[in-house]
Amino acid sequence: MKAILVAESRQGTLLPGSYETLAFAEKIVAEPVMFLVGSQASLPAFPGRLYLADADVAGEYNPEEHLRLLQEVVAKEAPQIIVFLHSSYGWDLAPRLAFALGAGQVSEVVDCQEGAMVVPACNSKLRRVVRSSGDVTVVTLQAGAFSLANEPGGSPQVELLESRHDGQVEFLAYEAGELGGVDLSKAEIVVSAGRGIGKPENLAMVEALAKALGGEYGASRPVVDAGWAEHTRQVGSTGQTVSPKLYVACGISGAIQHLAGMKKSEFVVAINTDRDAPIGEVADVLVVADLKQFLPALTARLSA
Amino acid sequence: MKILVCIKQVPDMESRFKLNAEGTWYNDQDLAWRMNEYDEYAVEQAVQLREQLGDGEIVVVSVGPDRVKEAMKKALAMGADRGVHIKDDASHEKDPFQIAAAIAAYAADEKFDVTFTGMQSQDRGSAQVGVLLAAHLGMQAVTTIIEFSHEGGMTTVHRELEGGLKAVVRVPLPALFSCQLGLNTPRYPTLPNIMKAKKKELLTLQMADLLKASALTTTDETRYPEKRGGGLVLEGDVADQVSQLMTILKEKTAVLK
Ligand SMILES: Cc1cc2nc3c(=O)[nH]c(=O)nc-3n(C[C@H](O)[C@H](O)[C@H](O)COP(=O)(O)OP(=O)(O)OC[C@H]3O[C@@H](n4cnc5c(N)ncnc54)[C@H](O)[C@@H]3O)c2cc1C
Ligand SMILES: Nc1ncnc2c1ncn2[C@@H]1O[C@H](COP(=O)(O)O)[C@@H](O)[C@H]1O
Repeated sequence: MKAILVAESRQGTLLPGSYETLAFAEKIVAEPVMFLVGSQASLPAFPGRLYLADADVAGEYNPEEHLRLLQEVVAKEAPQIIVFLHSSYGWDLAPRLAFALGAGQVSEVVDCQEGAMVVPACNSKLRRVVRSSGDVTVVTLQAGAFSLANEPGGSPQVELLESRHDGQVEFLAYEAGELGGVDLSKAEIVVSAGRGIGKPENLAMVEALAKALGGEYGASRPVVDAGWAEHTRQVGSTGQTVSPKLYVACGISGAIQHLAGMKKSEFVVAINTDRDAPIGEVADVLVVADLKQFLPALTARLSA
Repeated sequence: MKILVCIKQVPDMESRFKLNAEGTWYNDQDLAWRMNEYDEYAVEQAVQLREQLGDGEIVVVSVGPDRVKEAMKKALAMGADRGVHIKDDASHEKDPFQIAAAIAAYAADEKFDVTFTGMQSQDRGSAQVGVLLAAHLGMQAVTTIIEFSHEGGMTTVHRELEGGLKAVVRVPLPALFSCQLGLNTPRYPTLPNIMKAKKKELLTLQMADLLKASALTTTDETRYPEKRGGGLVLEGDVADQVSQLMTILKEKTAVLK
């Protein structure tokens, strides 16, 4: 079996997540051939073959050209599987390639079993085992689901691809995220509010607990999107990454993108009315309760 | 301007999911249903675009059994003009390629200028249907947008990348956009608008008349995740829960002085 592994580059630098595709290829015992639209100056540490197109010419976001380049490689290599990350790059490009090849795509793979892929469903409350029926399969991998046992090493044999800058989609600029505000990454205690707080006034309960514990408060994305907390307090894949001694998740379901920001916490307490909430998978203690009753009671005890 | 919005009806994610008899998906009885969260942003963006332009038509399309009309009515109450229901009692057995193919079969002759979808559905979450629909229709797609503007015939959007970074991208129409959380603030339908929506056209088409393609992926089984376990669950009286948690925090962490 042969796998094309689609690595990613951003602002001229290889993204480390690219190695997760290599870990996946090891797991399914496939011969790995890498593909990268990136730069000679930032190549993956990988002893195999790498097709490289110059991002300065092709553009880092130019789906039509990236698709064309990938199709060229697929035509040459005739792989059985093409592996992307389930990332802003992968979920944009993978379905285009799947369509062009008439191949089935399996998204957000977390595991594989006997030729089938395991993917989450319903906010990780369920797992689905999915199989592609054709000769070629396109997959995207959930961030962090596969990791290499050893440090990657070696240098690739590079085969350069001729690229051009065609395409209707015009990339104008990168815009950085907001800076400043609270730095939650150094906080020893973080108490976070999720959509379960119900209304903005209830954020005060979360803040009060954070204060009683001597920590900072954070928030999940819906709380930030609704304007109830500033963006710099968001914990997760598109927010901050925290690693406190204690993380208290209040009314947070535990979506994978939230977990990405807090799973390095030493001790996790979750308060949730839903006993099956996926946060329970990472919580050391799951308190099944209405936060509107529990938080004030806990804060009162701490302050007593 | 003609605008298409694709919406999916999904169960409330706080539900306790049971499996169906075949063990291939969740049992769809006794669930509370709602519009896919990401699709609410899609509907809102369509309504805002039409408000900005002062004219245009918004069509909302949904594939699924009769119950999906409830989600469509919400979209109509938010401001969509008419609905097209692609009726399929077994839509959960269709793969993303087929869902996209069916919507494309309907949309091909309608010549929509702008199409909005959610970036993913909350239940199946393949993040494929939008991009595949654009591919079927031979138009461009820009995924995971968190800002949208349309001026002087040009559409400029911000794509959300990892780590807070955004890419500013310009694309000519017709094009499809997949909407990420936070793109806008979806409005709540007002009572008068809910009443008005009842009179809006809701056409039903049959899946079998639209879909010719077979599935490219199939589901072997659906199951519960293996419990990683270890965690303690505290249930019952709040005062007891507080006492138990205090004891645990004192024993297991160094944060209580
Ligand atoms: C590309 C991408 C990036 C993302 N980045 C992030 C990110 O950085 N950070 C992030 O947080 N999310 C992110 N998300 C969103 C993520 O997928 C979830 O939608 C989000 O984390 C859900 O937030 P929540 O848990 O607060 O809300 P919900 O999922 O709605 O959960 C609310 C929870 O509150 C519980 N609850 C309700 N009422 C009560 C009560 N009275 N007492 C106690 N519990 C109650 C419910 O049982 C439920 O479990 C991202 C999504 C995508 C697609
Ligand atoms: N059954 C459906 N009917 C209408 N639109 C859908 C349906 N399924 C998915 N979509 C659209 O495609 C997007 C991505 O869904 P998915 O590929 O399932 O993650 C959703 O946010 C919807 O906009």
